[in-house]
Amino acid sequence: MIPGGHLLSVIIFFPALGALTLLLLRGDDHVWIRRLAFVISLAEFAFSLMMLPKVAVAVKGYQLEEFGRWITSPPINYHLGVDGISLFLVILTTFLTAVSVLCSWVSIQKRVKEFFVMLLMLEVGVVGVFLSLDLFLFFLFWEVMLIPMAFLIGIWGHDRRLYAAMKFVLYTMAGSILMLVGIIWLYNVTGTFDLPAIQQALQANPLLLGSQATERLLFLAFFVAFAIKVPLFPLHTWLPDAHVEAPTAGSVILAGVLLKMGTYGMIRFCLPLFPDASRHYARPIAFLAIIGIIYGALVALVQPNLKKLVAYSSVSHLGFVVLGLFAFQQISMQGAVYQMLAHGISTGALFLLVGMLYDRRHTFEISEYGGLATPMPRLAAFFLFAALSSLGLPMLNGFIGEYLILLGTYIAHWQWATWAALGVILSACYLLWSYQRVFFGDITHDKNKDLPDTSVRERWILVTMAVVILWMGIFSPFITRRTDASVAHVLEQMKRNLMYEGALPPAPVTSPVISGAGSPNLPERPGTR
Amino acid sequence: MNAAFPNATDLYCVLPELIWCAFGVFLMLVQPFIKSRPFLTFLALVGTLAGTAMSFVAASFYGPAFNGLIQMDAFSAFFHVLVGTVAFLVVLTAGPYLMREGLESAEFYALLLFATAGMGVLASSQELLTAFIGLELSSISSYILAGYRRDSLKSDESAMKYFLLGSFATAFFLYGIALVYGATGTTRLDHMLSADPAGNLLKLGLSMILIGLGFKVAIAPFQVWTPDVYEGAPTPVTALFAAGPKAAAFALILRIFATVPAATHYWFWAFWLLAILTMFVGNLGALVQTNVKRLLAYSSIAHAGYILVAFAAVTTMSQGGAPALPAYAAVLFYLLGYAVVKVGAFTVVSQLGGVGEKHLSLDDYAGLSQRHPVAAAALSLYLLSLLGLPVTAGFFGKFYIFKAAVNSNLIWLAILMAINSVIASYYYLRVIVVMYMRDPAAGAEPEATSTLRFPLTVNIVLAFTAIATIYFGLAPNQILRFILQPNLIGHLH
Repeated sequence: MIPGGHLLSVIIFFPALGALTLLLLRGDDHVWIRRLAFVISLAEFAFSLMMLPKVAVAVKGYQLEEFGRWITSPPINYHLGVDGISLFLVILTTFLTAVSVLCSWVSIQKRVKEFFVMLLMLEVGVVGVFLSLDLFLFFLFWEVMLIPMAFLIGIWGHDRRLYAAMKFVLYTMAGSILMLVGIIWLYNVTGTFDLPAIQQALQANPLLLGSQATERLLFLAFFVAFAIKVPLFPLHTWLPDAHVEAPTAGSVILAGVLLKMGTYGMIRFCLPLFPDASRHYARPIAFLAIIGIIYGALVALVQPNLKKLVAYSSVSHLGFVVLGLFAFQQISMQGAVYQMLAHGISTGALFLLVGMLYDRRHTFEISEYGGLATPMPRLAAFFLFAALSSLGLPMLNGFIGEYLILLGTYIAHWQWATWAALGVILSACYLLWSYQRVFFGDITHDKNKDLPDTSVRERWILVTMAVVILWMGIFSPFITRRTDASVAHVLEQMKRNLMYEGALPPAPVTSPVISGAGSPNLPERPGTR
Repeated sequence: MNAAFPNATDLYCVLPELIWCAFGVFLMLVQPFIKSRPFLTFLALVGTLAGTAMSFVAASFYGPAFNGLIQMDAFSAFFHVLVGTVAFLVVLTAGPYLMREGLESAEFYALLLFATAGMGVLASSQELLTAFIGLELSSISSYILAGYRRDSLKSDESAMKYFLLGSFATAFFLYGIALVYGATGTTRLDHMLSADPAGNLLKLGLSMILIGLGFKVAIAPFQVWTPDVYEGAPTPVTALFAAGPKAAAFALILRIFATVPAATHYWFWAFWLLAILTMFVGNLGALVQTNVKRLLAYSSIAHAGYILVAFAAVTTMSQGGAPALPAYAAVLFYLLGYAVVKVGAFTVVSQLGGVGEKHLSLDDYAGLSQRHPVAAAALSLYLLSLLGLPVTAGFFGKFYIFKAAVNSNLIWLAILMAINSVIASYYYLRVIVVMYMRDPAAGAEPEATSTLRFPLTVNIVLAFTAIATIYFGLAPNQILRFILQPNLIGHLH
């Protein structure tokens, strides 16, 4: 059995081992390659579930930590750990990877072995990002994950795949290299790459970063990299291309997990490490997030391309997450974490369904479809279920996240919440309208008349997704109970603030969590600088 | 002590050079009697390897030799091993290449060994005229090697350009030595410690030296020769050019600018500007290349720019008086990772070129991953290392340069370097995209490469460089411990 002390390492490197095993198989033995890949991804999912009983609820800070010295000069360590926030993101990743393997069963017919190897290597990178507690290690996984994703888009994608793959890499690279400079700068100031150590040092000495300008520049170096990944308006232009050109499995992972790496980075690094700068930039960031929410929804509304529609709905939904994070409320941030998971599942399900339509008709154009509910009632039902969860119907998972975000944001800034609520309405418009055009009405194309309904394999995938959607909508406390302490911990770290003269939080009265401890300290502190 | 009669210790300190030269001469002598190519290759391999191994022996005689003309220290031992290994790998890849192109083996290896000896002298010389001898030894051999494919017009052009511009640059170097001598009264670097940094003559002399050496390492604006020479020279020779002379010349620049306090003080802005210019010229130039060799040539200009960023850090760090160890380490580590990767990349290119090096265009690489998965994977690894992606030597080298720059508060330089890395990622990725994601062009006849199998020696080079690339990226501790030792450069302590 696995020694309990190294569970996180096992979770990170097991897929790499699996990929190596896959390489040993003969390239034309597609059946066994698929089977083995599926078994590996299932086992990986099981490993990630093993974290659940081991991670104590209501404990702040990192658990199941692993620590090993790696590079001596500068001191870079192999430091892993999990907390309430990363716990479910890892499980989401392993779950969606298993689903992706299953959904690529027949749609991937060329270079099958390489495809699953890339998928598993991608999993290594993504899980590594969520579990690293050393900034260098984090950056390493962050970059390593790029190449398999680019290959997934570039080799198995659709017509403009080369362009999309290149754009994806260049965008991410542009942000991440600046983040590397930021990481080194932070090391230069704090003397370590170790995240908990940096957090402790900042708690002990809030003035460690030296000046407001330094903190803000550091914040921006990290934030831009994450904002590109999210993607925050106006840095989102790589996303529709990448999504439309990627194969279904690529889209599922991209929307389900990769985008979350951006918001995860924000809550893990930007907020706790640079609280003052976070507050300083909260207003413009929230502004961009709201633009993203509304703009994404409006573009989705007029999309003739079904897959692009789902892609733009991601821009809109991820805007909610960023908004929830930068409202700095316990509730809204919990909602943001929840929305990351919910969006991963429901948008993943939508991409799966769009992929199944594509497998049958080889087009994403909405106008090519119409009246599909007649030949394929089951698929239509599942699609409706996923669409409803995405637009936030109560009892389904999308509702919890959006509701908590809006509620928390309302406490701090009711105007933000009001504008953002427009996005909820619009999402109902574009999803239901597109649903109506695709599945209802008369069958306008003869080709659509006898399309086969879902196969057994597809039904298994969709039933699983539907069960998760429903489960997350009903038993949300299972998740929120576990994220609670970690989110509170982030907010607690954000209290150390007001260290630079004249730096007040933008709205001290309306944010009790922050102002409660922070403001009274201000008059006594001016001499500390 | 009498300078005319070197003692045993002196000879031990130049043992690698002696062995390289001896084998070079020996190869030329036996050439008329031995017709077997593999045996000549074997001799050359023994020669390069023995010299490299002797670097470790020489390294146990730390200290000045030949009355201070030569300084054997950790620094020069590092570069001896580096250039020796590069030469060894180049022999391995040149063996099958010379056979394929029907070129004489023995002369090639002899010239290669002489060039290596010259680089060794460059790395350990502590006196400018000795350095000049090393520079000439390596340059003149290089000029001939560049034109080694006599029948090819491109190769002739390459040799001619390299020779004319190279001699011009050497003249600058020599004139610089004269001026420095005029200003300080000595040509020995360790005697210049007390030189007045403000002297105009010294500044002029040092800038001449910098121009001369800047030509060798392809710093913009002295880089114009690089693409043509790299393209025209036989590819194994290009591998040597990209890795060996560059490392050796950078070693000399580092030794000069680490030693002469006058040098460190005034050169910050020079390095700053040259770094930016070189990075942009290299990367923007590479963007539009369709010939793989030219692309790699421009990329090597860009990498010279990255190394100059570390030099700018050297100059700022040294101002406090303490030696700028992290910045030296950045230069050394970067050169190591870079040399390994470039040799690997050019080896792949030389094999894929086919007879007469006809298949050098990017289109010839389309769909390579299907035809030759090993070559495609290896080349991708090297390109990713040049790009600076994690788990490769290139990433850690770049990380170290970033760190040195940020340490010296050169944030803007670091950011400009970051921007350049992004530009660079475009053209490196383009090659990978072509190899993996594009199908071979319809009109192209893939015969030359489709049935291609790499000879054993080439596979050894590929395996060695690939493993080294990942090893230096994953476990750099040992190397770092070596290059971060406080008495890296002997006479400073």
